[in-house]
Amino acid sequence: MMGSSPVRFVNVPTLSERDSKELLAAYGVPFAPEHLATTPQGAAQAANEVGFPVAIKLCGDNIAHKTERGLVKLNIGDASSAHAAAEVLLAAAVPDDLATGVLVAPMLRGSRELIAGLIDDEVFGRCVMIGIGGVLAEALGDVVFRMVPVTEIDAGEMLDDLKTQKLLGEFRGEPQIDRTAVVKALVALSAVALERPDVVSVDINPMIIVNGSPIAVDALVEVAA
Amino acid sequence: MSPTPAQFQALFNPRGVVVVGASSHPGKFGFVALHNILASGFAGHVFGTNLEGEEVLGIRTVPSIDDLPRGEIDLAFVCTPAGANISILRACHRAGITAAFLTSAGYGEAGEAGVTAQNELVALAADLGILLAGPNGQGVVSTPVGLCAQIVAPYPPKGSIGVASQSGNFVSSFMNYAVHSGVGMSRAVSAGNAAAVTVADYLSFYATDEATSVGLAYVEGIADGRGFFDSLRTAAATKPLVVVKGGATESGAKAAASHTGSLAANDKIFDGACRQAGVTRAATVEEAYEAAATFATQPLPKGPNTIILTTAGGWGVVTSDALSQTGLNLMPLPKDLEAQIDSKLPPRWSRSNPVDCAGGEVRDTIPELLHLIASHPDVDSVIYLGLGIQANQALLMKQGSYYPDHGLERIVAYHERQDARFAQAAAQASAATGKPILVATELSVTSPDNAGPAAVRQSGKLCYASGNRAVTALSHLYSRAVWLAHRAG
Repeated sequence: MMGSSPVRFVNVPTLSERDSKELLAAYGVPFAPEHLATTPQGAAQAANEVGFPVAIKLCGDNIAHKTERGLVKLNIGDASSAHAAAEVLLAAAVPDDLATGVLVAPMLRGSRELIAGLIDDEVFGRCVMIGIGGVLAEALGDVVFRMVPVTEIDAGEMLDDLKTQKLLGEFRGEPQIDRTAVVKALVALSAVALERPDVVSVDINPMIIVNGSPIAVDALVEVAA
Repeated sequence: MSPTPAQFQALFNPRGVVVVGASSHPGKFGFVALHNILASGFAGHVFGTNLEGEEVLGIRTVPSIDDLPRGEIDLAFVCTPAGANISILRACHRAGITAAFLTSAGYGEAGEAGVTAQNELVALAADLGILLAGPNGQGVVSTPVGLCAQIVAPYPPKGSIGVASQSGNFVSSFMNYAVHSGVGMSRAVSAGNAAAVTVADYLSFYATDEATSVGLAYVEGIADGRGFFDSLRTAAATKPLVVVKGGATESGAKAAASHTGSLAANDKIFDGACRQAGVTRAATVEEAYEAAATFATQPLPKGPNTIILTTAGGWGVVTSDALSQTGLNLMPLPKDLEAQIDSKLPPRWSRSNPVDCAGGEVRDTIPELLHLIASHPDVDSVIYLGLGIQANQALLMKQGSYYPDHGLERIVAYHERQDARFAQAAAQASAATGKPILVATELSVTSPDNAGPAAVRQSGKLCYASGNRAVTALSHLYSRAVWLAHRAG
């Protein structure tokens, strides 16, 4: 069993956000385009290319819980703000972060968020998860699991099994969730589990529903030490 | 390694049984087991061993299995203390016995020494080719051959539910429900410590067993969830399996530096694994029994569209509320069906679903409505509420001092006949249309001899104690229908 510590970071390194996304995108998890910049000037230029508003985050091989540490700057509206934000983030990096730069991504708008992931459970082995995300995610606890391998049929039933079905239909002027795209993302997580035995967990949080389409915004992959 | 089909035959269809450690003391397991086997009318040979060779219940016991005829006995029901069991297994082997049920305690549940003894027993049974059931279990029941080899009551009526349980007492609970409802069992086994044969093994056997139409299991403390569901997935593809789980499984994500990990309550993973494997998970023991009894006695609905037929408003309202919490659909009443029903009832009826007769029914209304509704092509299932009202009034009349005068004898007989007819009509309409029709009334519990519930039992079906419980059972059937349909392509 695990030790008595409630939070278990035991010998499990996390991939950087950029590497996490690259790995998952290769299996078909949908992400928004984003750019890695190593300087404030580069960040401002990338923001111009992506289109405002943008989000800028510190990127490194050993950063988890970015939000709690203030390492995510949202809703940046112009190039000079992007420059300033990147400067602050790069200065905030500590050596342990193994920071490689900042990620510049478009701000995605959508009133719904999902959370998706992969865990390695002691009794059931690798399981794919989908849940209702956002700030109320843990309070709602509306999550569904299936054991790997997860088929398209299984993944469709995972969506059916969410209690908050109203969020999946048309919602506040936004179209219904593209179920096929979510199913594809869940099957992709299953494929990661099957082909990458070193991957201990995946956390995609949030997966924002933009005009009905799920777009993974942040991802964290843990690999066995 | 799972037992072979031949070994399962030895356990559930033995040519003969020997109670090892048969006792002349009616308080001892060795007496109770022999009593239950004999009293339930087991069709095969019955033998007993007892160190003194006493006569017990008319059976001349012998001191050793070696004194018994070879080749006539397939099952040993062992009631001896743990220390004797190694030599008993060897003697079983010499006698050609290929299944042994061990009631003995003092094994895996009894500390390190017990675990060692249990491992030794399992290894020996495997070497000798003997199916080892238990130890520390309460027994095995097999109604096709009238076998009640257990140290507890009751003996259930014949039926097609196959039970396997990690708790022997829940085997009894399920069988008590079977006695009460009349929806009976094919096999039942208390897995005890499940040292060699697990609940999943029994369920896998039931999936291949002609006498069994549905598996019903109580499980707790699953250590290998993956292996458990790999077995159940194959079994559930063939037959419905209903599982109720007690306690938290030993579980935890190996790395929890993520939201996904912190949201991973093991009960939710168990839930998902059940859905994935096509296993029906029930929240409680009674819900599990009722789901299994429904699978055993009703066809699967082809879709979610459900009509509630009620003789009074409140029952229909509450049952509708329950239905709206499930995947079932309280379908709008089709216009052509409304017109047909309208010709059978006075104008005050509800004209919507639930179909509330509002007291307007006469002699043939309920049987006619049941057939009309079930026959409509858009209707997938029917829940009928209000059975037994007339027979309940008849009971009060029979108990009163005015009976049998004042015309009471005649009206009582009429009321009772009517409620029996309604129950029969529900069964007939279901048989004629191939659609589930569930009948619910609390009288099935409060007044089981009422002619209505009694006739439901007579028809071989479960009479649900409330509309809500009928809805829960029906929704389990519908979920399985959906699961099968998703995979039929």
